[in-house]
Amino acid sequence: MGATDLIMYEEEFQKIKDVISKLRVDANANVVFLVDKNGQQIAATGDIESLDTTSLASLTAGNVAATDGLAKLIGEKEFSVLFHEGEKDNIHISIVGGRVILVVIFDERSSLGLVRLRVKRCSEDLTKIFDQIVEKSEKEQAKGGGASAFESPFAEITDEDIDALFKD
Amino acid sequence: MSFINYSTREINCKIVYYGPGLCGKTTNLQYIYEKTNPAAKGKLISLATETDRTLFFDFLPLDVGTVRGFKTRFHLYTVPGQVFYDASRKLILKGVDGVIFVADSQEPRMDANIESLENLEQNLLEHGFDLKVIPYVLQLNKRDLPTAVPVEEMLKSLRYKNEPYFEAIAPKGIGVFDTLKACAKQILIELSKK
Repeated sequence: MGATDLIMYEEEFQKIKDVISKLRVDANANVVFLVDKNGQQIAATGDIESLDTTSLASLTAGNVAATDGLAKLIGEKEFSVLFHEGEKDNIHISIVGGRVILVVIFDERSSLGLVRLRVKRCSEDLTKIFDQIVEKSEKEQAKGGGASAFESPFAEITDEDIDALFKD
Repeated sequence: MSFINYSTREINCKIVYYGPGLCGKTTNLQYIYEKTNPAAKGKLISLATETDRTLFFDFLPLDVGTVRGFKTRFHLYTVPGQVFYDASRKLILKGVDGVIFVADSQEPRMDANIESLENLEQNLLEHGFDLKVIPYVLQLNKRDLPTAVPVEEMLKSLRYKNEPYFEAIAPKGIGVFDTLKACAKQILIELSKK
């Protein structure tokens, strides 16, 4: 595989949730969520019941990937902030630590300036957490060369397990 | 690059349908979408032109159930097949876990198949993936059409590494789930090796 798989443990997941929940309150936003660059949702907070977060995650990643492509075409490294303004709701997208995408959805109760300011602070915290995750994953995977250390839940997967998934 | 979340006990994997323009990648996804229980699927998103040609990608999230206590979800993507969309096609391969190559069986499309396969190999390489290693399935689509090339002949020019292959007629669903299942299986086996 091209890159190390991202493995999220309880401890870091909780930290991430705390950080984005705080951002949502501080920025007066409706929804905050985190997506990895491949389009997988990592965490979300706010009024997400009415939202199709899976599709949002995938489209956000597609959007960022396309914008990245545009940046490279004109000789930029990346466009680290994207902003979409609607009649009522707005979306602020930023890239955190070069690795994950932070999405903030807000309406007239907040402002672009406030969101930008809070996102900046939050990004620093998130970068630290993701550095820890990467370090931890690498450590575990390095140990994984031996038999015991990294217990993949799929280590003992059987043909029956897989067939059972598709039985209907 | 699969994403394993120990906290929510979820695993997400990405499968990309690749192949030349009009070979039936979107049709595969549409059939899967139609035949899947509403609780197990998300929305099918198609970023297409007004004439229904894929512009950027189609996307379908699919919950397949639980493996070893982990909720397993596959994210299915298609690429735009038309040659001039190569920049977009490359982006979609980012973080892919498995690839399904949909080949068009019609005789006049043979060159397009070969060109697309070479393009796949090249684009994977740019993301650091090797087609020889990555989970991979070949689908021979449009078997019902009058100019369909014999299977042996297609395999001779398109089979890359002894990967599993399936004959398909995507609008009728023939071979569609077999192809998907074969790819999913390779991905899960790959995960178990880590």
